[in-house]
Amino acid sequence: MEHIRTTKVEQVKLLDRFSSSNKALTGTLYLTATHLLFIDFHQKETWILHHHIASVEKLALTTSGCPLVIQCKNFRTVHFIVPRERDCHDIYNSLLQLSKQAKYEDLYAFSYNPKQNDSERLRGWQLIDLAEEYQRMGVPNSNWQLSDANRDYKICETYPKELYVPRIASKPIIVGSSKFRSKGRFPVLSYYHQSKEAAICRCSQPLSGFSARCLEDEHLLQAISKANPANHYMYVVDTRPRLNAMANRAAGKGYENEDNYSNIRFQFVGIENIHVMRSSLQRLLEVSGTRGLSVGDLYSGLQSSGWLRHVQAVLGAAVVLAKAVTTESASVLVHCSDGWDRTSQVCSLGSLLLDPYYRTVRGFMVLIEKDWISFGHKFSERCGHLDGDPKEVSPVFTQFLECVWHLTEQFPQAFEFNEAFLLQIHEHIHSCQFGNFIGNCQKEREELKLKEKTYSLWPFLLEDRVKYLNPLYQPQAQEFAVLEPNTVSFNFKFWRNMYHQFDRTLHPRQSVFNIIANMNEQNKQLENDIKDLESKATNE
Amino acid sequence: MEFSELIRTGQAQAELLRGPEAPPLRGTLCVTGHHLLLSPGPQATPDLWLLLLRSVDSIEKRVAGDCGTITLRCKDLRVLQLDIEGVEATLNIARSIEALSSLESVITSFPFFYRPKGLRLGDAWHFHPPERYYKRVARETNAWRLSEANEDFSLCPSYPRAVIVPRAVNDDALALTARFRQGGRFPVLSYHHAPSRTVLLRSSQPLIGPQKRRCAEDEALLRAVLAGSRPGARGFIVDTRSAQTAKQARMTGGGTEAKAAYPGWKRLHRPLERGRPLQESFVHLVEACGDLEQSMDHWLSRLAGCRWLAHVKEALSTACLAAQGMEREGACILVHGAEGTDSTLVVTSLAQLILDPSSRTMAGFQELVEREWIQAGHPFQLRCAHSAFSHARPKHEAPTFLLFLDCVWQLGRQFPLSLEFGEGMLLALFDHAYASPFGTFLCNSEQERCLCEVRTRTHSLWSGLNQLKEQRKLRNPLYVPNPLALWPSVEPQSLRLWQGLFLRWTRPPEPSEAAWEKVWQIVTDQEKTEGSQPTVSASELQL
Repeated sequence: MEHIRTTKVEQVKLLDRFSSSNKALTGTLYLTATHLLFIDFHQKETWILHHHIASVEKLALTTSGCPLVIQCKNFRTVHFIVPRERDCHDIYNSLLQLSKQAKYEDLYAFSYNPKQNDSERLRGWQLIDLAEEYQRMGVPNSNWQLSDANRDYKICETYPKELYVPRIASKPIIVGSSKFRSKGRFPVLSYYHQSKEAAICRCSQPLSGFSARCLEDEHLLQAISKANPANHYMYVVDTRPRLNAMANRAAGKGYENEDNYSNIRFQFVGIENIHVMRSSLQRLLEVSGTRGLSVGDLYSGLQSSGWLRHVQAVLGAAVVLAKAVTTESASVLVHCSDGWDRTSQVCSLGSLLLDPYYRTVRGFMVLIEKDWISFGHKFSERCGHLDGDPKEVSPVFTQFLECVWHLTEQFPQAFEFNEAFLLQIHEHIHSCQFGNFIGNCQKEREELKLKEKTYSLWPFLLEDRVKYLNPLYQPQAQEFAVLEPNTVSFNFKFWRNMYHQFDRTLHPRQSVFNIIANMNEQNKQLENDIKDLESKATNE
Repeated sequence: MEFSELIRTGQAQAELLRGPEAPPLRGTLCVTGHHLLLSPGPQATPDLWLLLLRSVDSIEKRVAGDCGTITLRCKDLRVLQLDIEGVEATLNIARSIEALSSLESVITSFPFFYRPKGLRLGDAWHFHPPERYYKRVARETNAWRLSEANEDFSLCPSYPRAVIVPRAVNDDALALTARFRQGGRFPVLSYHHAPSRTVLLRSSQPLIGPQKRRCAEDEALLRAVLAGSRPGARGFIVDTRSAQTAKQARMTGGGTEAKAAYPGWKRLHRPLERGRPLQESFVHLVEACGDLEQSMDHWLSRLAGCRWLAHVKEALSTACLAAQGMEREGACILVHGAEGTDSTLVVTSLAQLILDPSSRTMAGFQELVEREWIQAGHPFQLRCAHSAFSHARPKHEAPTFLLFLDCVWQLGRQFPLSLEFGEGMLLALFDHAYASPFGTFLCNSEQERCLCEVRTRTHSLWSGLNQLKEQRKLRNPLYVPNPLALWPSVEPQSLRLWQGLFLRWTRPPEPSEAAWEKVWQIVTDQEKTEGSQPTVSASELQL
């Protein structure tokens, strides 16, 4: 609380950034230890979590007061007018301090108390069990086994302890391969397709430079091919643009040389890096946040930002993966540079296309736990949870959610969850209210004792499950077993409900989803009533 | 004239390719007076594939070896390819299609021969006469009367026989006003908004000319409009041209109302695209939508460059402006551009959809289209002679009606529960406006339709659409009457490309169609379970 100088300011105006009439709501602004709260004269409350604040800006003084513009990570933009400059200055300074924490222990999750006891908390954390998930996929089996090589995070700090590798890959091979891979991230299993016996594996780039080789790494790749009895060759998909991968060779990194590895088919899929993605989304938000935007400006802004092109590239890569597995029964190894951004996107989307389980509410949680959290997507750095290097911040996970949204648009009946579910997850990767997304890898999370000190998000989402259900979901439909999305350009649209989720004036005035969901519920209720009454009638 | 003279080859063996999603069809191809038929061989299903020749927009032929290929681009934006055995046959069939698809004569067109089962000639035509709308107005206000001054179409060839005008203005004055307005389109009532006691009028531009002519009767008419409305009402003239274009129109005899001559009326300029630029915008959009290989950058720049969505935004905002003027400011609104048969109608019909809940029902919307487009004299035959594929330089073609349908679709997206009709209805109207077995969209005006005896010799589209079997395609299962005005967001982020129309034939329709089926199923289940509830409670009472 030492950062808060003023806790309450009255007669503050809240402007709507898209309303043409310049309407303003007058109300009172409160500053708490965790939130900024605005209560307008209708007693409507707007809560803004300090962790959600991406930037605070004080604009030049006007006749009506001092404007304060707050941009949030969940794409909310609020524009306050504070009557007195001194109050504005105090709030501005407090927010600057409160929105940037120096250490993990100061994050909201460590003080958030949802009134659960310790065993409830523990059960919450045990809700998603990855060992169970690998079992569901069908591993371990005669070709794949659990390796204890990374038991103490010795081989790779950013990987989880439990890793699945080909049964014929011995520990020395694994250790050798890990030394030849950036950050020690050697090839491991991400998804196993039981009926095709094909695997999606992930790793980081090889330290091949211009000519270096590593026999153990070559062996490990061969072991992955051999673990697939249906097909003797495997694909190696480098998700980077060719040029970037080539440039990495000069730094002693690079990509696999097809001549050195037997039976691999190597290919680039050209997804840009985190820095390109960060500025692309920034540009998109600048354009779409402009008042009085013309149609032409929006579309040329969409084009120049490149955002939809990037989304298309990510989804396109996932399609390559799914096709290799379904049409050729081939295994695929995916990497980028470090193997925690683009690789996470492509592996998880590929699995989502292949396996209907990941399109359920629970399955989607498992997918995020597996390919994002456990494999070390650096959530804290990418979301800027702590005051750190702004160059490490990038909307990689947001982009993944957008790809999933595009799939839900193309296949309205293939997903158990709806858009609200995606938005809610996005809300919480930045909120730091739950422990799941805090830290950058499993090792760090263990050191932070997150399971003892914080709560897991998933049980809370499951409790509200009804809100996140898609009423049109057809779980049994065979045509949705494997999704084959069409990635032609005109299938990609601006995701208004994400990037303008708080700009209600831009939204449809009525929601089909809610009405159908309600009808569905009522139908079920009435059918049950009928059954009840009928059985009563026969019993009489 | 005999069609047989134009048919050079009766039939040939051919294979029909209907795009990536539908399987190819093989069989005997046959050209008749109005149709292209493909009948599959005897072993296959007896299903006949049929295309109305009128719906062919452009035709392209190519020969190689001893076969040929004909590409037909249709007015509903479909692209079909026919692979035909025999060079001679290909060329002859192509020529026959070319000749038959561009016949100008109305009375030899297919609607005059179409006699579907289950429909009676003359049905449903009487559903929407101006008299019927007048009855509704007369219940709400006494300030207006139905005038039959145009009985013989002498005042205004593009108006219907009866129009609604201020009670205080007699037929002689109307005749003089008609001479002061282009094409005789004097201001008439388009819509009476009972809650605010204001009216929406439409007309064509006044013939001010370089000499700055005035017309006392015209001025008196607009004065009478304000006098018949609420006390102290003001008026807005929404001119759908820019101030500069309106001023320039004086050089060719037109112009816009001078402020001094019309006290109480204020002029607003809201330029809307029309004519050739609108047609070109349509052509460019359709071109872009046909390219499956293009990069994202290319697609987005074409989408921006064709400006179609910008036209949608402008049309919707202008309609909102007119509707707002009436509902919020209690003002009377007169809308016109130059001729008053295009962008004027877009604005007046959309403003009604925004304000008037009864125009959002199935019957009300049909009445709106009939009254504000067909009887109001939108020249459908000229505007819809060609769609987006024709190589000919457009003369009078313009997708004004499509622009209206697109705006309605945007409204339906933003208020998905408030329109009783669904996307299927809008698609049907688009298809039938360009080529139809029904007579509803034939000709350019009531006068022409009378001369051709369209009403007695062809079937009405409305009776076709109102058959029970068509309803599921056309209705919105989620409709709940909404008594409020529908104010759409016109921000570009809120507008979408109408994929259901522009990408109808290029994207696989299955997932969204299946989803729509599911919605229907949920709604019918709802009706069933609700319907069965009383019987259950009845049995409970017996216990």
